[in-house]
Amino acid sequence: MVEEGLRNELSRQNIFLTSIQELYNWGRRNSLWPLNFGLACCAIEMIAASMARFDIARFGAEVFRPSPRQADLMIVAGTVTKKMAPMVVRLYNQMPEPKYVIAMGACAISGGPFKRGYNVLKGIDRYIPVDVYIPGCPPRPEALLHGLITLQRKIAGERLTGPERPRHLRELEPSEYPIPAYGPYDLDPPKNTELWHPKPFVRDA
Amino acid sequence: MSRQTEGQQFASALGMGNASPEGPRGDSPVLPPPAGPLYEAKPKPGSARAAEGETLEVAVGPHHPSTHGVFRMDVVLDGERIISLKPRFGYLHRNHEKLCEGGTYLMAIPYTDRLDYFCSLTNNWAYVLAVEKLAGVEAPERAEYLRVITAELTRLLNHSCLVGFLLQDMGAMGTPLMYAFREREKLVDLFEELTGARMMCNYMRFGGCRTDASAGWLERTRRVVDDFPRFLDEFEDLLTSNEILLARTQGVGKLSAELAINAGVTGPMLRASGVAYDIRKAAPYGIYERFAFRVPVGEHGDVYDRYMIRMLEMRESVRILKQALKEIPEGPVLNPKARRRNFRPPVGEAYGRLEAPKGELGFYLISDGSPRPYRFRIRAPSFINLTILEDMCLGHTLQDAVIILGSVDIVMGEVDR
Repeated sequence: MVEEGLRNELSRQNIFLTSIQELYNWGRRNSLWPLNFGLACCAIEMIAASMARFDIARFGAEVFRPSPRQADLMIVAGTVTKKMAPMVVRLYNQMPEPKYVIAMGACAISGGPFKRGYNVLKGIDRYIPVDVYIPGCPPRPEALLHGLITLQRKIAGERLTGPERPRHLRELEPSEYPIPAYGPYDLDPPKNTELWHPKPFVRDA
Repeated sequence: MSRQTEGQQFASALGMGNASPEGPRGDSPVLPPPAGPLYEAKPKPGSARAAEGETLEVAVGPHHPSTHGVFRMDVVLDGERIISLKPRFGYLHRNHEKLCEGGTYLMAIPYTDRLDYFCSLTNNWAYVLAVEKLAGVEAPERAEYLRVITAELTRLLNHSCLVGFLLQDMGAMGTPLMYAFREREKLVDLFEELTGARMMCNYMRFGGCRTDASAGWLERTRRVVDDFPRFLDEFEDLLTSNEILLARTQGVGKLSAELAINAGVTGPMLRASGVAYDIRKAAPYGIYERFAFRVPVGEHGDVYDRYMIRMLEMRESVRILKQALKEIPEGPVLNPKARRRNFRPPVGEAYGRLEAPKGELGFYLISDGSPRPYRFRIRAPSFINLTILEDMCLGHTLQDAVIILGSVDIVMGEVDR
């Protein structure tokens, strides 16, 4: 690696040095194409974030694609019910790699105010891996932008090689996850145990 | 699997070359093409040739950019014409009614925000109206004015966004919706200042409103309301006589007054079909009888009339707002006699309804004297307005069905509840 001072000195001489990894992450993080996918209330704030005042285009993520085949960021904006969860997982499976998920709002994170309901999934991270969680009910558009920037930082820090490679560069990690079926009582399976590892709750003595 | 060298990992990450241990990329098994088309085509019984009169079944949704949320239409097409359309919902069923029965009366107010998430303030008001009827509580004068002001601001917000989304469905990507959301931001800023939240306001309480409006807030509201007709003129210049809009909407999705009444359709949908029924006039609630305003009525009941009714209603709302902002008195905003905690209404039942931007929104409550409602039922206008979708769409093309659905003005939070 070239040290920072030398690199600055060279850039003053119109010589730019970079590594392929940096170039690759730079290109990808600045043109995230989100899936045009609204579930409930949070979708309105997602639309508001893409409008003139908040202008998600400043971060290169304004190209909302109607088809999952063209998108690489899924913003799960709203309550995921048990009837809708299989479709959400299927849409995720249809997205090309590398793909990222933002869980926007309390409902997508944990079920939120509807957690006690019999028909509401208690968090989309039971079925698909989530990169960034944005709390709020609904989160303000600024919070969504902050979540997007957080995801961009995460992408910028990704390593292309070595043991710290992200999920989509590991051969043994799946790029598709099993789609739950709508069983007689609950979704079957109720969670993907290989994916979902909640931290055990330890009560203070 | 053998360990890859770093160079191979690198190449694999960039999608180049043969890093996969199974062999080079070209050797990977190619999936055979699907045996037949992925849609279902059935020949019509009695048709002469195999291809003639085939019908095509398409499921539009639940993930579709134009279905206004997670809504599915099972459409049967003959060529491009719709011969059957079955709405399928339940993808956003969040158990509102049961959750509200499980909590106290006060705890239900935040849930009403999330019913129709564009119009949280009118939802609050309809619920509070039912509880006030049940318990016999009255709101002070200033609170009644604040309720009218916030409800009419909500109507402006809902109708302007609806027109934006309707044009988005027609293919006018961006501009009208951007204009509508520009105005929405002004209105949600007012809501945020008054209630603390942009969308989920949670503002009204039994016997009044949660917080008082400052003089500065009223002044800023006056400014926004005075500026609003300018936006409406701009919007109408752009849209009302636009040739493409006329071609797409006139004569499309006609709804007769008779069918609309029989199906229980309310709100702008009913008025576009030529029935002058507005709960603000027919059964005035709050202080609406003090204000002078007109009820716009359509002639044809097509999509264009539904668009136009909303434009005219916004102008009437501006009129109501100007009167209310002029007359608003000083005073308390909460009735000190009304209990909110440990609140037990007497045994009985009550139905509170009002003219929400989408139609008649009603809450039916049964009390058994306990702190929790025994039965909590919501009459959601967009759910009932959706029941006649098939009648309006038959004989039209699929792209017309999309704008007919847009003109119904549904919000899935309210339809599925």
